[in-house]
This record gives sequence, structure tokens and C-alpha cells, in this order.
Amino acid sequence: MSTPLHRVQGLGAAHSGTGHFWRQRITAIALVPLGLWFTYAILGLIGTNEVAILSFLAQPLNALLMAAFAATMLYHMSLGLQVVVDDYVHGTGTKIFCLLLIRFMMIATMVTCIFALIRIAAST
Amino acid sequence: MADHPQRPGHERPLSPHLSIYRWQVTMLASITHRATGIALAVGTLVLAWWLVSVSNGPEGYESFMVVAATPIGLIILFGFAWSLAFHMLNGIRHLAWDMGYGFSKVTATQTGSLVYVLSLLIAVAIFAFVWTGHGGYLQ
Repeated sequence: MSTPLHRVQGLGAAHSGTGHFWRQRITAIALVPLGLWFTYAILGLIGTNEVAILSFLAQPLNALLMAAFAATMLYHMSLGLQVVVDDYVHGTGTKIFCLLLIRFMMIATMVTCIFALIRIAAST
Repeated sequence: MADHPQRPGHERPLSPHLSIYRWQVTMLASITHRATGIALAVGTLVLAWWLVSVSNGPEGYESFMVVAATPIGLIILFGFAWSLAFHMLNGIRHLAWDMGYGFSKVTATQTGSLVYVLSLLIAVAIFAFVWTGHGGYLQ
């Protein structure tokens, strides 16, 4: 499905422009500091008890950083897995199924992580 | 041109497959980048499980730790640590390429090897750090 405007914009058979490429890069850049913070947090919490983990994750800045890490990583993941499906899954039906599954998994995992963080923040 | 390539039933030429090429660091790093990405996608589920288990109180957290502390659990966690290190370092390599740096054959091969060595060192260092009792500094 291609509108004249779509054609003029050079979006033809690919159905999209460079949006996917850019989002993959922007989330990758954001994940460098977020991933380093996550590593710092996990190493600092290993060997402690659940009370220490609860009080760490209940602090607003830590909760926000953990939510940002999870959400950014999951979005980056859905973009990456989409490329894998684009490369290896050729049947239209199977492809749409896989792409929907990836997006549903992304949203479900994101919502689960954020809900858990809200519960943690509310419990202390 | 008697042999028309678009004739039905004609064997179309295939582009060379993976098995044709001599293995090189650059190609292996590319495959590993994708493989570690898929592994880390599974890792997001473990992250969600960990957060949910913590939010479920002491018994919930215990149920996560019982599984995570098994030998298989530790091997999987080591795999995630290495995958994260590799994917991040190789991702930075990709970002450098996007900006036009490091494209020469020699540089691309060297940075590829460097990513393997550094990511393994980081993963081993993380586990050594924890095993020697240096983890848990946020208590």
C-alpha cells in the first residue's frame, strides 16, 4: 500500500524510511549509560537481602533509572528482533504473527517491570 | 543467451551461503552480536521475573534466588553478563562505524578481536568481583 506522498518520500517497497534505523541508534546510545548504571546496581545488590534491594529500588531516582533501563532495552530489543524476523521469516502470515508477538512481548514485559517497580515503591 | 534465467523451472543462481566463506573475526562478531541480542531478549524476561519476585516480598525473592543460585542458573547469569558486555562493546563499535570510523579491514578485524577479549575479561571480572565478596556494596 503506497500513497503518492509515500512514493514521493521514497518509502516505496520498504514501507518505512530511516525511522527504524535512527530509533535503534538512539536507544543504543541511551543504553550505554543506563547499562553501566544497571551493572553498578546489580553488583551492589548481589549478596544482600531483599530488604536492601527493596529500599534501593524504592528510591525514586533508582526506580526511574531501572524503569528507563527496562523500557529502553525492551524497545531496542523489539527493533532488533524485528530485523531478525525481517531477515529470516519470509511467509507474510508468519512474519506478521512474529512481529505482533515481539511487540506484545515488549509491552507485556515493560508493563510488568514498571508495575513491579510501583509495587516496590508503594511497599516501603 | 539461449538459457533464459527467468524460464520457469530454471535453477536460479543462489548467492553464496555462510558455508562458502572462510570464517573471519568480523563475520563472527556480526553473528555473535545478533546471537547475544537474542540472548539478552530472553534476559529481559529474567529482569522482569527478578523485579516481580522482589515486589512479592521475602518469599518471592527467595523463589528467584533458589533458581538463580543453582549451577545452571549461575552459568546462565554468566552468559547474560558476557552477552551484555559483548553487545554493548560491539554496539559501540557499530556506532563508530555509523560515524564513519574504523572501517579499514585491519581496524575492523582488530576491534572485533578486542571486543571478544574485553567482553570475556569483563564477564570474568564481574564474577571474580562477586566471588571475592566485593558485591553488595549498596546495602
